[in-house]
Amino acid sequence: MEEKLTLFKNRKRFGIEKNIDIIFKNTALVLSSFVAIILLGIILVVFFQSFESFSRYGLKFLVTSEWNPVKDEYGAFTAIYGTLVTSFLSLLITIPLGVGTAIFITEDFVPKIVREIIGSFVELLAAIPSVVLGLWAIFVMEPFFRAFFVFLHNSFGWIPLFSTEPTGRNSLLAILILVVMLLPIVTSIARDSLNQVPKKLRNAAYGIGASRWKTIFSVILPAALSGIMAGVLLALGRAMGETMAVTMIIGNSNEFSWSLLSPGYTISSMLANQFGEADGSQVSSLFYAAFVLMILSLVINIFAQWLVKKFSLKY
Amino acid sequence: MNSLYYQKRLSRNIGDKFFTSLSVICALIAILPLIFLVTYILIKGGSQITPELFTLEPNPPGDDLDAGGINPALIGTLIITTIASIIAIPVGVGGGIYLAEYSKGGAFSRFIRFGVNVLAGVPSIIAGVFIYALIVSTKILFGSMYSGLAGGMALSILMLPTVIKTTDEGLKLVPNELRYASLGVGASMYTTILKVTLPSAFRSIATGVVLGIARAAGETAPLIFTALFSYYYITGFGDLFYEMGSLAVLIYNFALEPYDAQNKLAWAASFILVLSILSVNIFSRILAAFTEKTKRV
Repeated sequence: MEEKLTLFKNRKRFGIEKNIDIIFKNTALVLSSFVAIILLGIILVVFFQSFESFSRYGLKFLVTSEWNPVKDEYGAFTAIYGTLVTSFLSLLITIPLGVGTAIFITEDFVPKIVREIIGSFVELLAAIPSVVLGLWAIFVMEPFFRAFFVFLHNSFGWIPLFSTEPTGRNSLLAILILVVMLLPIVTSIARDSLNQVPKKLRNAAYGIGASRWKTIFSVILPAALSGIMAGVLLALGRAMGETMAVTMIIGNSNEFSWSLLSPGYTISSMLANQFGEADGSQVSSLFYAAFVLMILSLVINIFAQWLVKKFSLKY
Repeated sequence: MNSLYYQKRLSRNIGDKFFTSLSVICALIAILPLIFLVTYILIKGGSQITPELFTLEPNPPGDDLDAGGINPALIGTLIITTIASIIAIPVGVGGGIYLAEYSKGGAFSRFIRFGVNVLAGVPSIIAGVFIYALIVSTKILFGSMYSGLAGGMALSILMLPTVIKTTDEGLKLVPNELRYASLGVGASMYTTILKVTLPSAFRSIATGVVLGIARAAGETAPLIFTALFSYYYITGFGDLFYEMGSLAVLIYNFALEPYDAQNKLAWAASFILVLSILSVNIFSRILAAFTEKTKRV
């Protein structure tokens, strides 16, 4: 008995070791809270920097499109409108293309090896820096689509969206380069969620006599919907915040126009263009615009996370 | 009698054919431009590569036929991404260790995981705006304004969520038996983590971190008003506190120049950037696939 007690006594950790353990744990705790600190820091800093502009213009900032550093008048409507239009329209083109491609590479139309190559190729493309896409857009895409834009204007000019003479750099090109950027994101997320649908479901549908596409539309797609939706929202957030490719091709003009064939602006391209050489209340107004952009992307992001939690199907 | 055989004219079979061809068309529309894009960048950029490119300074834009090289931008990208890694990797790995090893799924860890996802969705230019307000405009770094250091910090904000996520997920894949065994023979928590769990998750964490670094190397938006750009050689340690060029910003600046020589330089820089990012990606994918196969045995 005595012997056992001393044995246990000796098994006690040394004080130093205990302290190291505690220090290690607390360091990890502090490091993990950095995320929260940075996130709150970003929100607070951007908010306080925009305070001057906020108190001066209030919510009027969001609906006026006058942006005049000389007269010290600022309103970000053109940029906000541009951000929303480019991101939503590009998503509208991307969703059917991306989901269609994802279905193509999850069904057995072509051998598995081909599908896998296409899949990982698409994933690789998500790694291409957007500034390179911008360069490509300027020198390849713009000349390629020039004639098409003229055609659009001539035949559909009565639609307000195509009502102006096409300029070299315009909103429609920004939408198209966004499609190129978003396609890999939407496709690979849709592919992952389609792959996660259990085989049982498909077999059950085939077993009661459903055709392939009946199965896809009534069984597989609904089961994968929450994942696909989350991917789409993620892409939407990416599209809104995307800076370089859009800045390089959208034309950067604060002149408001309904037409997609005229130069436009997005919040992020406005920041990229003006932040470096702004001073005075222009800086504050830019921070205000940045704050709007941040709130937009935060809302979308949080909504996406909520959606995944709420609707992720459990089998 | 015929109803057992496949009938072409049946409306469901026609519908199936129609949708199948639709998805093939989608795939073609989606993939062909992407293939075209990659080959174009590689061919157009690759044809501009010369040895001088790696050693010379870029000449300021003008009518010069000779644009010079991209040495400062190349070194600058390396330095800025290194700074970002030095900040983001310890913080991210430490945070990931806390989430995976210590937290018990309570409110705090759920909040941090949520925060990681939110931070990953913050537009990259906002990270630049944040660092501009915090560091550049306040001149807090020994009175220097735009600097490579500030650029590295902006990039580290973008890398951080990736590093935490991969560490967290990599550690969660380590079987609990290993932890029990280590704690059972009397090892303390930190010995268990440092000697047992971290090493066995090393491959997956390293893959994720390297992919994060590759992504950060191509980021432009956070750098354009934190690190700015420089035409001059990086000569010493002190240059960290001054404007620093990077490949990404060089592409942005020179793509918008009206001169052909500068545009060519932008293509060459794109080639180097895309080639290195793609090869890092491909290499780590192969490595990951290889590890998975050996683990199953």
